[in-house]
This record gives sequence, structure tokens and C-alpha cells, in this order.
Amino acid sequence: MIFETVLITALCILMLAILANLYRVVKGPSSADRVQALDSVGINLIASIAVFSVLLHTHAFFDLILLIGILSFIGTVAFARFIERGVVIERKR
Amino acid sequence: MSGSGEVVGAILILIGAIFSLISAIGNVRLPDVYTRSHAASKSSTLGVLCALVGTLLYFLISDGFFSIRLILGIFFVFLTAPVAAHVICRAAYRHQVPLTEQSVQDELKDYYMENENLEQEDKAYLIEKEIELQVTEQV
Repeated sequence: MIFETVLITALCILMLAILANLYRVVKGPSSADRVQALDSVGINLIASIAVFSVLLHTHAFFDLILLIGILSFIGTVAFARFIERGVVIERKR
Repeated sequence: MSGSGEVVGAILILIGAIFSLISAIGNVRLPDVYTRSHAASKSSTLGVLCALVGTLLYFLISDGFFSIRLILGIFFVFLTAPVAAHVICRAAYRHQVPLTEQSVQDELKDYYMENENLEQEDKAYLIEKEIELQVTEQV
């Protein structure tokens, strides 16, 4: 009983963290701020999936942790290249 | 036996969630894209690592189930989150996002300007050389 209460408290704290990061996504003055905040939303999402899999006592979501990590990294790097050079994949001259 | 797993998992997950909240507060309150990136990358990486290690230890102690996928996830997040923050900060600096007004000096500026001009000179030199080569081939 106490265990479930602690886990739900942790989920609420992670939800507050995601909401604060979404505030930065909406308000952020430059686009690098928005990309940075979306990256940390993805990382908080990984943590909340881990808490959910403990709460439901299942192994089924561990693939999802790895998948969201990889997708978040690739998206962040692609957006950073877009901000830096204007293109994501460069052509050979 | 399952009680100790629950205790360890709950403590680590709670610590990780609190670290994530601290990182999000830093991401809201700090004045600058670089300081915000400092807050967001470091402490939220530590938070998610604590939560994932808590999950791993909970399943290891209570079920005796050792998940290789979770180990891979921990390793991957630990490896890629600082790299992503570095790439974002470099893109912001090259895009000339300004530092905050309270900052005292910008040590990267001189080095960066010097390096950038050097790169452009190199490119111009290479283009000249290529044109010369084409001319000699035609002759």
C-alpha cells in the first residue's frame, strides 16, 4: 500500500516536471530552447514509463524505454543540425 | 525478500523523480539557453538514471528477473543525453543566440571568430587551387 502511494507520488512529480518543461517549450525565446525542453520531456517520459512498469509489475514496457531514448536522441540531433546549417542531410557537391 | 526490493525501488524512484523536478524548475527559472541546458541535461540525466536503476533493482530483487534491455536503456541514456545537450548548445552558439546580460565574459568568441575565418580562408584557397587545376587540364 505504501509502495503504491510512493510510486503514484513519483508519477505526479514527473508530471509536474513535464508540465514545467512544456512551459519552456511554449515560451522559449529561441528554437534551441524549445528543442532542449522537448529533449528533457522525452527523458522524463522514459522515467515515467519505468515507474509505470513497476506499478503494473510487468516486463512488457522495457523495449519502449530503449525506443524512446533512441528516438529522442535522433530527433534532437536532427533538429540541432537543422538549426545550425539549415539542412539535415547535406548533399555532396 | 520482496519487501527489501520494494524499499530499494521506491527510494531510488522517488529520488529520481525529485531530481527530474529540480531540473525542470531550473529549466524554467534560469535566464539563458546555455544555463538552462546545463540544468536540463545534467540533473534530468541523473534523475532518469536513478529511476531506471530503481526499476532494475526492484525486478532483480523481487522477481529475480535481470533485464538486459533495461541495462541497454540505462547505458544509452547515459551516453546520449550529454551529447544531445552539447549538440544543441553548439547549434545555439553558431546561430548567435545571445548570452544573458549578467554574464561577464565570452571566452569562446575570440577563438570561434579566429577559427571560422581560418576555415573560410581555407575554403577560398581550395577553390582557387581547384580552378587552377581545371585551367591546367584544359591547356
